[in-house]
Amino acid sequence: MRFTRPTPGLPTDSDIDLAVPRQRAEPQWPVLAVISVGGIGGALARYGIGHAWPTPPGDFPWATFVVNVTGCLLIGALMVLVTDLFPHRRLLRPFLGVGVLGGYTTFSTYAVEIRNLIAAGAPATAAAYLLGTVAAACLAVFVGMTAARFVTWLVTA
Amino acid sequence: MTVLFIALGAAVGAPARYLTDRWIQRLHGGRFPFGTLTVNVLGSLILGLAAGGTATTTGVYALVGTGFCGALTTYSTFGYETVRLLESRAPRRALANAAVSIAAGLGAAFAGVAIGTAVWH
Repeated sequence: MRFTRPTPGLPTDSDIDLAVPRQRAEPQWPVLAVISVGGIGGALARYGIGHAWPTPPGDFPWATFVVNVTGCLLIGALMVLVTDLFPHRRLLRPFLGVGVLGGYTTFSTYAVEIRNLIAAGAPATAAAYLLGTVAAACLAVFVGMTAARFVTWLVTA
Repeated sequence: MTVLFIALGAAVGAPARYLTDRWIQRLHGGRFPFGTLTVNVLGSLILGLAAGGTATTTGVYALVGTGFCGALTTYSTFGYETVRLLESRAPRRALANAAVSIAAGLGAAFAGVAIGTAVWH
């Protein structure tokens, strides 16, 4: 089926990809402004989830896991949609992708949590968290992209 | 106050990721996502410093850690790039991106916490 194929013109880096001509010429100040505002929204959503769902020391960090995996599901869908359906909405990727989803997901907390699990004497949980997040994140990106490709296929068919 | 500190940190962290990524791509321009790797490792080091140097309940941690480092680093771009490399038939680069990002990020987190604890305690 057509929608399972990679989208032509899809960038490799969702934040900024200078191989995409339009992104090289991105108007800097409006782009930076929407990234900043989006980043605030994403970071506060991440804080809210972490606050409502605290992880006791030595336990599997479910809040960060869910934040990162759902963020990956959404970036996969978003990148296909902005490339295929909304190529003229120039601030959509900077706002939702770079700002909201970039501010929402976090690599630094992931790294420090693995470090803390190892330091707390829970290496098995650390390993499960390390591998479980990266596997679930990649699967989520793929599912998001495929779902968005299916929607694009339905809409443009 | 915590929410305000996080918002302030994130308002700077997210555009800092975009600008750093853009700057590194201009220097490199290759097919390996060095830009995202750089912000993720740097953010892991700074969050480690914050975690080692202060309690997670302080305003400094909210500003520098939850806000700035959380928005500077990204799992969505990291996951997206890894899948895009796989999809573009570059499985070795995809695997290298995942392995190097996680190994370097974890190393930076360990170093950050150790330095933060030594300096501020």
